[in-house]
Amino acid sequence: MAISVMLMKLLEGMGVSVMIFLVTLIFSLPLGLLVSFGRMSKNPVIRTIVKVYISVMRGTPLMLQLIAIYFGPYYGLGIPNSPGWKNTAVAIGFILNYAAYFAEIYRGGIESMSPGQYEAAKILGYSRAQTFFRIILPQVIKRILPAVTNETITLVKDTSLAFSIGVIDMFTVAKALSASQTSLLPLVFAGVFYYIFNFIVAFFMESIEKKLNYYH
Amino acid sequence: MSLLEMKHIKKSFNGQEVLRDISLTVEKGEVLSIIGPSGSGKSTLLRCATGLETPDSGEIRYTGTFGLVFQNFNLFPHYSVIKNVTDAPIKVQKRRKDEVYQEARALLAKMGLSDKENAYPCQLSGGQQQRVSIARALAMNPDILFFDEPTSALDPELTGEILKVIKDLAAEHMTMVIVTHEMSFARNVSDHILFMDQGYVELEGTAEEVFASSNSRIRGFLGKFENI
Repeated sequence: MAISVMLMKLLEGMGVSVMIFLVTLIFSLPLGLLVSFGRMSKNPVIRTIVKVYISVMRGTPLMLQLIAIYFGPYYGLGIPNSPGWKNTAVAIGFILNYAAYFAEIYRGGIESMSPGQYEAAKILGYSRAQTFFRIILPQVIKRILPAVTNETITLVKDTSLAFSIGVIDMFTVAKALSASQTSLLPLVFAGVFYYIFNFIVAFFMESIEKKLNYYH
Repeated sequence: MSLLEMKHIKKSFNGQEVLRDISLTVEKGEVLSIIGPSGSGKSTLLRCATGLETPDSGEIRYTGTFGLVFQNFNLFPHYSVIKNVTDAPIKVQKRRKDEVYQEARALLAKMGLSDKENAYPCQLSGGQQQRVSIARALAMNPDILFFDEPTSALDPELTGEILKVIKDLAAEHMTMVIVTHEMSFARNVSDHILFMDQGYVELEGTAEEVFASSNSRIRGFLGKFENI
Protein backbone atom coordinates (compact mmCIF):
# COMPACT_ATOMS: atom_id res chain seq x y z
CA MET A 1 0.00 0.00 0.00
CA ALA A 2 1.33 3.41 -0.93
CA ILE A 3 2.16 5.67 1.96
CA SER A 4 -0.19 8.35 0.57
CA VAL A 5 -3.13 5.90 0.74
CA MET A 6 -2.14 4.98 4.28
CA LEU A 7 -2.03 8.64 5.28
CA MET A 8 -5.43 9.29 3.70
CA LYS A 9 -7.00 6.46 5.68
CA LEU A 10 -5.38 7.70 8.87
CA LEU A 11 -6.60 11.24 8.24
CA GLU A 12 -10.14 9.91 7.83
CA GLY A 13 -9.79 8.25 11.22
CA MET A 14 -8.37 11.48 12.56
CA GLY A 15 -11.62 13.23 11.57
CA VAL A 16 -13.48 10.88 13.90
CA SER A 17 -10.94 11.51 16.69
CA VAL A 18 -11.33 15.27 16.28
CA MET A 19 -15.12 14.89 16.40
CA ILE A 20 -14.94 12.94 19.67
CA PHE A 21 -12.58 15.59 21.02
CA LEU A 22 -14.78 18.55 20.07
CA VAL A 23 -18.09 17.02 21.13
CA THR A 24 -16.58 16.05 24.49
CA LEU A 25 -15.18 19.52 25.16
CA ILE A 26 -18.27 21.42 24.02
CA PHE A 27 -20.56 19.45 26.32
CA SER A 28 -18.35 18.51 29.26
CA LEU A 29 -17.04 22.01 29.97
CA PRO A 30 -20.49 23.49 30.76
CA LEU A 31 -21.74 20.22 32.27
CA GLY A 32 -18.68 20.16 34.53
CA LEU A 33 -19.63 23.59 35.86
CA LEU A 34 -23.12 22.34 36.70
CA VAL A 35 -21.66 19.23 38.35
CA SER A 36 -19.33 21.42 40.43
CA PHE A 37 -22.38 23.37 41.68
CA GLY A 38 -23.91 20.06 42.72
CA ARG A 39 -20.69 19.04 44.42
CA MET A 40 -20.70 22.33 46.41
CA SER A 41 -24.48 22.27 47.03
CA LYS A 42 -25.76 22.94 50.55
CA ASN A 43 -28.26 20.12 49.99
CA PRO A 44 -26.56 16.96 51.36
CA VAL A 45 -28.56 14.62 49.07
CA ILE A 46 -27.45 16.40 45.88
CA ARG A 47 -23.91 16.74 47.19
CA THR A 48 -23.65 13.03 48.02
CA ILE A 49 -25.08 11.88 44.68
CA VAL A 50 -22.64 14.11 42.79
CA LYS A 51 -19.76 12.98 44.98
CA VAL A 52 -20.50 9.33 44.19
CA TYR A 53 -20.79 10.12 40.47
CA ILE A 54 -17.42 11.90 40.44
CA SER A 55 -15.86 9.13 42.49
CA VAL A 56 -17.04 6.39 40.08
CA MET A 57 -16.03 8.38 36.97
CA ARG A 58 -12.56 8.99 38.31
CA GLY A 59 -12.16 5.65 40.01
CA THR A 60 -12.85 3.30 37.08
CA PRO A 61 -11.22 3.08 33.63
CA LEU A 62 -12.82 5.16 30.88
CA MET A 63 -12.58 2.10 28.61
CA LEU A 64 -14.75 0.14 31.03
CA GLN A 65 -17.24 3.02 31.22
CA LEU A 66 -17.50 3.10 27.42
CA ILE A 67 -18.14 -0.62 27.29
CA ALA A 68 -20.74 -0.37 30.07
CA ILE A 69 -22.59 2.43 28.31
CA TYR A 70 -22.43 0.70 24.94
CA PHE A 71 -23.62 -2.73 26.12
CA GLY A 72 -25.69 -1.61 29.11
CA PRO A 73 -28.98 -1.00 27.26
CA TYR A 74 -28.74 -4.38 25.51
CA TYR A 75 -27.68 -6.60 28.38
CA GLY A 76 -29.40 -4.62 31.09
CA LEU A 77 -32.68 -3.67 29.45
CA GLY A 78 -32.84 -5.87 26.37
CA ILE A 79 -32.94 -2.92 23.99
CA PRO A 80 -31.27 -3.87 20.70
CA ASN A 81 -28.37 -1.65 19.64
CA SER A 82 -29.15 0.58 16.68
CA PRO A 83 -26.34 1.18 14.15
CA GLY A 84 -25.64 4.75 15.32
CA TRP A 85 -25.61 3.83 19.02
CA LYS A 86 -21.84 3.28 18.99
CA ASN A 87 -21.10 6.94 18.32
CA THR A 88 -23.69 8.15 20.80
CA ALA A 89 -22.31 5.81 23.44
CA VAL A 90 -18.78 7.15 22.88
CA ALA A 91 -20.04 10.72 23.18
CA ILE A 92 -22.01 9.99 26.38
CA GLY A 93 -19.11 8.14 27.94
CA PHE A 94 -16.53 10.80 27.20
CA ILE A 95 -18.79 13.68 28.21
CA LEU A 96 -19.79 12.10 31.55
CA ASN A 97 -16.19 11.17 32.33
CA TYR A 98 -14.64 14.51 31.46
CA ALA A 99 -17.43 16.51 33.16
CA ALA A 100 -16.44 14.79 36.41
CA TYR A 101 -12.81 15.86 36.06
CA PHE A 102 -13.69 19.37 34.94
CA ALA A 103 -16.13 19.70 37.87
CA GLU A 104 -13.32 19.16 40.34
CA ILE A 105 -11.15 21.68 38.50
CA TYR A 106 -13.95 24.25 38.62
CA ARG A 107 -14.53 23.54 42.30
CA GLY A 108 -10.86 24.12 43.10
CA GLY A 109 -10.96 27.44 41.24
CA ILE A 110 -14.23 28.62 42.78
CA GLU A 111 -13.19 27.70 46.31
CA SER A 112 -9.88 29.55 45.89
CA MET A 113 -11.64 32.89 45.36
CA SER A 114 -11.38 35.28 48.29
CA PRO A 115 -14.63 35.95 50.20
CA GLY A 116 -13.86 39.66 49.74
CA GLN A 117 -14.87 39.44 46.08
CA TYR A 118 -18.32 38.11 47.02
CA GLU A 119 -18.65 40.72 49.77
CA ALA A 120 -17.71 43.62 47.49
CA ALA A 121 -20.23 42.36 44.92
CA LYS A 122 -22.93 41.99 47.57
CA ILE A 123 -22.42 45.53 48.89
CA LEU A 124 -22.62 46.87 45.32
CA GLY A 125 -25.94 45.10 44.88
CA TYR A 126 -25.00 42.49 42.27
CA SER A 127 -27.46 39.59 42.13
CA ARG A 128 -26.13 36.08 42.80
CA ALA A 129 -26.06 35.29 39.07
CA GLN A 130 -24.34 38.59 38.23
CA THR A 131 -21.80 38.00 40.99
CA PHE A 132 -20.97 34.58 39.64
CA PHE A 133 -20.88 35.32 35.93
CA ARG A 134 -19.41 38.85 36.03
CA ILE A 135 -17.07 38.72 39.01
CA ILE A 136 -16.23 35.15 40.00
CA LEU A 137 -16.25 32.99 36.85
CA PRO A 138 -13.89 35.17 34.73
CA GLN A 139 -11.30 35.03 37.51
CA VAL A 140 -11.88 31.30 38.02
CA ILE A 141 -11.29 30.60 34.31
CA LYS A 142 -7.94 32.34 34.45
CA ARG A 143 -6.91 30.37 37.52
CA ILE A 144 -7.95 26.95 36.22
CA LEU A 145 -6.65 27.32 32.68
CA PRO A 146 -3.39 25.37 33.22
CA ALA A 147 -5.35 22.47 34.76
CA VAL A 148 -7.90 22.55 31.92
CA THR A 149 -5.06 22.49 29.38
CA ASN A 150 -3.69 19.38 31.05
CA GLU A 151 -7.06 17.66 30.92
CA THR A 152 -7.63 18.70 27.30
CA ILE A 153 -4.30 17.22 26.23
CA THR A 154 -5.19 13.99 28.01
CA LEU A 155 -8.50 14.01 26.15
CA VAL A 156 -6.72 14.07 22.77
CA LYS A 157 -4.93 10.86 23.66
CA ASP A 158 -7.98 9.33 25.35
CA THR A 159 -9.97 9.57 22.11
CA SER A 160 -8.07 6.43 21.09
CA LEU A 161 -10.13 4.50 23.67
CA ALA A 162 -13.07 4.70 21.25
CA PHE A 163 -11.58 1.63 19.59
CA SER A 164 -12.76 -0.44 22.56
CA ILE A 165 -16.35 -0.38 21.26
CA GLY A 166 -15.41 -0.44 17.62
CA VAL A 167 -15.67 3.21 16.68
CA ILE A 168 -13.28 3.75 13.80
CA ASP A 169 -11.09 6.57 15.08
CA MET A 170 -7.49 7.15 14.02
CA PHE A 171 -6.09 4.60 16.46
CA THR A 172 -8.47 1.89 15.24
CA VAL A 173 -7.40 2.62 11.64
CA ALA A 174 -3.71 2.61 12.56
CA LYS A 175 -4.01 -0.75 14.31
CA ALA A 176 -5.89 -2.28 11.40
CA LEU A 177 -3.40 -0.95 8.85
CA SER A 178 -0.49 -2.11 10.95
CA ALA A 179 -1.93 -5.62 11.06
CA SER A 180 -2.85 -5.85 7.37
CA GLN A 181 0.44 -4.33 6.14
CA THR A 182 2.53 -6.07 8.81
CA SER A 183 4.25 -2.74 9.36
CA LEU A 184 4.70 -0.44 12.31
CA LEU A 185 4.65 2.59 10.03
CA PRO A 186 0.91 3.35 10.45
CA LEU A 187 1.34 3.42 14.24
CA VAL A 188 4.31 5.76 13.90
CA PHE A 189 2.24 8.06 11.70
CA ALA A 190 -0.62 7.91 14.20
CA GLY A 191 1.80 8.91 16.96
CA VAL A 192 2.98 11.87 14.92
CA PHE A 193 -0.63 12.92 14.23
CA TYR A 194 -1.56 12.77 17.92
CA TYR A 195 1.50 14.83 18.71
CA ILE A 196 0.65 17.50 16.12
CA PHE A 197 -2.94 17.56 17.36
CA ASN A 198 -1.74 18.19 20.90
CA PHE A 199 0.82 20.71 19.76
CA ILE A 200 -2.01 22.76 18.26
CA VAL A 201 -4.17 22.33 21.38
CA ALA A 202 -1.30 23.45 23.64
CA PHE A 203 -0.56 26.42 21.39
CA PHE A 204 -4.21 27.46 21.42
CA MET A 205 -4.53 27.15 25.20
CA GLU A 206 -1.31 29.05 25.74
CA SER A 207 -2.56 31.91 23.61
CA ILE A 208 -5.71 32.12 25.76
CA GLU A 209 -3.52 32.14 28.86
CA LYS A 210 -1.48 34.98 27.40
CA LYS A 211 -4.64 36.91 26.58
CA LEU A 212 -5.75 36.66 30.20
CA ASN A 213 -2.36 37.82 31.43
CA TYR A 214 -3.39 41.47 31.48
CA TYR A 215 -4.11 41.19 35.22
CA HIS A 216 -3.13 39.03 38.13
CA MET B 1 -32.78 63.05 60.23
CA SER B 2 -31.24 59.75 61.15
CA LEU B 3 -30.09 57.61 58.23
CA LEU B 4 -29.25 54.55 60.30
CA GLU B 5 -30.46 53.28 63.63
CA MET B 6 -29.09 50.14 65.23
CA LYS B 7 -30.75 48.98 68.45
CA HIS B 8 -29.56 46.35 70.91
CA ILE B 9 -27.39 44.51 68.41
CA LYS B 10 -25.96 41.24 69.69
CA LYS B 11 -23.66 38.88 67.85
CA SER B 12 -21.74 35.79 68.93
CA PHE B 13 -19.31 33.58 67.03
CA ASN B 14 -19.08 30.00 68.33
CA GLY B 15 -20.45 31.01 71.70
CA GLN B 16 -18.13 33.97 72.07
CA GLU B 17 -20.00 37.25 72.43
CA VAL B 18 -18.46 39.80 70.08
CA LEU B 19 -21.22 42.40 70.25
CA ARG B 20 -23.17 42.70 73.51
CA ASP B 21 -26.08 45.08 73.14
CA ILE B 22 -24.86 47.84 70.85
CA SER B 23 -27.05 50.76 69.83
CA LEU B 24 -26.13 53.66 67.63
CA THR B 25 -27.64 56.32 65.42
CA VAL B 26 -26.12 57.97 62.38
CA GLU B 27 -27.50 61.40 61.48
CA LYS B 28 -27.45 62.80 57.97
CA GLY B 29 -24.24 64.68 57.23
CA GLU B 30 -22.35 63.49 60.28
CA VAL B 31 -19.07 61.63 60.56
CA LEU B 32 -19.07 58.89 63.17
CA SER B 33 -15.80 57.19 64.05
CA ILE B 34 -15.67 53.89 65.84
CA ILE B 35 -12.45 53.35 67.79
CA GLY B 36 -11.27 50.80 70.27
CA PRO B 37 -8.73 48.04 70.78
CA SER B 38 -8.42 45.07 68.39
CA GLY B 39 -11.09 42.48 69.08
CA SER B 40 -13.47 44.99 70.60
CA GLY B 41 -16.08 44.23 67.91
CA LYS B 42 -15.70 47.35 65.72
CA SER B 43 -15.43 45.51 62.42
CA THR B 44 -18.17 43.05 63.36
CA LEU B 45 -20.44 46.00 64.13
CA LEU B 46 -19.69 47.45 60.70
CA ARG B 47 -20.28 44.06 59.05
CA CYS B 48 -23.66 43.83 60.81
CA ALA B 49 -24.54 47.37 59.73
CA THR B 50 -23.76 46.55 56.09
CA GLY B 51 -25.48 43.18 56.02
CA LEU B 52 -22.30 41.11 55.64
CA GLU B 53 -23.15 39.52 59.01
CA THR B 54 -26.59 38.94 60.46
CA PRO B 55 -26.94 39.96 64.10
CA ASP B 56 -28.28 37.32 66.50
CA SER B 57 -30.74 39.87 67.83
CA GLY B 58 -31.50 43.56 67.62
CA GLU B 59 -32.93 45.93 65.09
CA ILE B 60 -31.41 47.78 62.14
CA ARG B 61 -33.34 50.52 60.40
CA TYR B 62 -32.07 52.28 57.30
CA THR B 63 -33.24 55.34 55.46
CA GLY B 64 -31.48 55.27 52.14
CA THR B 65 -28.55 53.34 50.70
CA PHE B 66 -25.00 52.67 51.80
CA GLY B 67 -21.57 51.84 50.45
CA LEU B 68 -18.57 50.18 52.06
CA VAL B 69 -14.84 50.69 51.66
CA PHE B 70 -12.91 47.60 52.71
CA GLN B 71 -9.62 47.37 54.51
CA ASN B 72 -8.09 45.39 51.65
CA PHE B 73 -9.96 47.20 48.85
CA ASN B 74 -11.56 44.12 47.25
CA LEU B 75 -11.40 45.67 43.80
CA PHE B 76 -12.28 43.40 40.91
CA PRO B 77 -8.84 42.51 39.50
CA HIS B 78 -10.11 41.58 36.02
CA TYR B 79 -11.77 44.98 35.53
CA SER B 80 -9.96 48.19 34.63
CA VAL B 81 -10.22 51.11 37.02
CA ILE B 82 -13.06 52.74 35.08
CA LYS B 83 -14.94 49.45 34.80
CA ASN B 84 -14.60 48.84 38.54
CA VAL B 85 -16.28 52.20 39.10
CA THR B 86 -18.94 52.03 36.37
CA ASP B 87 -20.00 48.38 36.27
CA ALA B 88 -22.37 48.32 39.24
CA PRO B 89 -24.12 51.64 38.44
CA ILE B 90 -24.74 50.35 34.89
CA LYS B 91 -25.52 46.69 35.59
CA VAL B 92 -27.12 46.95 39.02
CA GLN B 93 -28.68 50.42 39.09
CA LYS B 94 -29.41 50.23 35.33
CA ARG B 95 -28.37 53.84 34.86
CA ARG B 96 -27.44 55.35 31.52
CA LYS B 97 -23.95 54.48 30.38
CA ASP B 98 -22.82 57.93 29.22
CA GLU B 99 -24.07 59.56 32.40
CA VAL B 100 -22.35 56.92 34.59
CA TYR B 101 -19.05 57.30 32.72
CA GLN B 102 -19.17 61.07 33.03
CA GLU B 103 -19.77 60.82 36.76
CA ALA B 104 -17.10 58.14 37.18
CA ARG B 105 -14.50 60.28 35.40
CA ALA B 106 -15.34 63.21 37.66
CA LEU B 107 -14.93 60.95 40.71
CA LEU B 108 -11.61 59.61 39.47
CA ALA B 109 -10.43 63.18 38.83
CA LYS B 110 -11.39 64.04 42.40
CA MET B 111 -9.36 61.07 43.61
CA GLY B 112 -6.38 62.21 41.52
CA LEU B 113 -6.64 59.15 39.27
CA SER B 114 -7.64 60.66 35.93
CA ASP B 115 -4.62 59.15 34.18
CA LYS B 116 -5.34 55.67 35.61
CA GLU B 117 -8.79 54.92 34.24
CA ASN B 118 -7.54 52.22 31.89
CA ALA B 119 -5.08 50.71 34.38
CA TYR B 120 -5.78 47.45 36.22
CA PRO B 121 -5.77 47.25 40.02
CA CYS B 122 -2.56 45.17 40.03
CA GLN B 123 -0.74 48.08 38.37
CA LEU B 124 -1.65 50.51 41.16
CA SER B 125 -0.18 51.25 44.59
CA GLY B 126 -2.23 50.37 47.66
CA GLY B 127 -3.19 54.00 48.16
CA GLN B 128 -4.35 54.29 44.56
CA GLN B 129 -6.33 51.05 44.84
CA GLN B 130 -8.04 52.33 47.95
CA ARG B 131 -8.92 55.58 46.18
CA VAL B 132 -10.42 53.56 43.32
CA SER B 133 -12.49 51.60 45.81
CA ILE B 134 -13.73 54.85 47.37
CA ALA B 135 -14.67 56.08 43.87
CA ARG B 136 -16.41 52.74 43.23
CA ALA B 137 -18.46 53.14 46.41
CA LEU B 138 -19.29 56.79 45.68
CA ALA B 139 -20.39 56.01 42.11
CA MET B 140 -23.44 54.26 43.59
CA ASN B 141 -24.44 57.59 45.20
CA PRO B 142 -24.85 56.09 48.66
CA ASP B 143 -26.46 58.02 51.51
CA ILE B 144 -23.95 56.60 53.98
CA LEU B 145 -20.39 55.49 53.32
CA PHE B 146 -18.82 52.97 55.69
CA PHE B 147 -15.07 52.58 56.02
CA ASP B 148 -13.61 49.44 57.59
CA GLU B 149 -10.09 50.41 58.69
CA PRO B 150 -9.41 51.99 55.29
CA THR B 151 -5.71 52.62 55.94
CA SER B 152 -4.75 49.48 57.87
CA ALA B 153 -3.36 47.71 54.79
CA LEU B 154 -1.32 50.73 53.69
CA ASP B 155 2.18 52.03 54.32
CA PRO B 156 2.29 55.12 56.54
CA GLU B 157 3.12 57.40 53.62
CA LEU B 158 0.09 56.12 51.69
CA THR B 159 -2.17 56.45 54.71
CA GLY B 160 -2.10 60.25 54.48
CA GLU B 161 -3.52 60.35 50.96
CA ILE B 162 -6.53 58.26 51.97
CA LEU B 163 -7.16 60.28 55.11
CA LYS B 164 -7.09 63.45 53.02
CA VAL B 165 -9.73 62.03 50.65
CA ILE B 166 -11.96 61.18 53.62
CA LYS B 167 -11.45 64.66 55.09
CA ASP B 168 -12.47 66.22 51.77
CA LEU B 169 -15.62 64.08 51.77
CA ALA B 170 -16.37 65.19 55.33
CA ALA B 171 -16.05 68.80 54.23
CA GLU B 172 -18.76 68.06 51.63
CA HIS B 173 -20.98 66.70 54.43
CA MET B 174 -20.90 63.11 53.21
CA THR B 175 -22.40 60.91 55.92
CA MET B 176 -19.68 58.50 57.00
CA VAL B 177 -19.06 55.79 59.57
CA ILE B 178 -15.37 55.04 59.96
CA VAL B 179 -13.73 52.22 61.87
CA THR B 180 -10.17 53.41 62.37
CA HIS B 181 -6.98 53.18 64.38
CA GLU B 182 -5.87 56.65 63.29
CA MET B 183 -6.58 58.58 66.47
CA SER B 184 -5.59 62.11 65.49
CA PHE B 185 -7.51 61.68 62.26
CA ALA B 186 -10.59 60.46 64.13
CA ARG B 187 -10.31 63.42 66.47
CA ASN B 188 -10.07 65.91 63.57
CA VAL B 189 -12.69 64.54 61.22
CA SER B 190 -15.43 63.13 63.47
CA ASP B 191 -18.60 64.73 64.75
CA HIS B 192 -19.13 61.76 67.01
CA ILE B 193 -16.90 59.04 68.33
CA LEU B 194 -17.90 55.68 69.67
CA PHE B 195 -15.32 53.94 71.83
CA MET B 196 -15.83 50.19 71.92
CA ASP B 197 -14.30 47.73 74.31
CA GLN B 198 -15.06 44.01 74.69
CA GLY B 199 -18.26 44.18 72.68
CA TYR B 200 -19.73 47.15 74.54
CA VAL B 201 -19.94 50.84 73.73
CA GLU B 202 -17.78 52.04 76.56
CA LEU B 203 -18.06 55.72 75.72
CA GLU B 204 -19.85 57.84 73.18
CA GLY B 205 -19.79 61.57 72.50
CA THR B 206 -18.35 64.36 70.45
CA ALA B 207 -14.66 64.14 69.54
CA GLU B 208 -13.80 66.68 72.24
CA GLU B 209 -15.78 64.84 74.91
CA VAL B 210 -14.27 61.45 74.12
CA PHE B 211 -10.69 62.64 73.88
CA ALA B 212 -11.03 64.71 77.07
CA SER B 213 -12.81 61.97 78.99
CA SER B 214 -11.40 60.76 82.26
CA ASN B 215 -12.82 57.25 81.72
CA SER B 216 -9.97 54.92 82.69
CA ARG B 217 -10.54 52.49 79.77
CA ILE B 218 -10.27 55.14 77.10
CA ARG B 219 -7.37 56.85 78.86
CA GLY B 220 -5.55 53.54 78.84
CA PHE B 221 -6.39 52.99 75.17
CA LEU B 222 -5.43 56.48 74.00
CA GLY B 223 -2.27 56.32 76.11
CA LYS B 224 -0.98 53.69 73.68
CA PHE B 225 -0.96 56.26 70.90
CA GLU B 226 1.93 58.68 71.36
CA ASN B 227 1.00 61.78 69.41
CA ILE B 228 -2.48 62.46 70.78
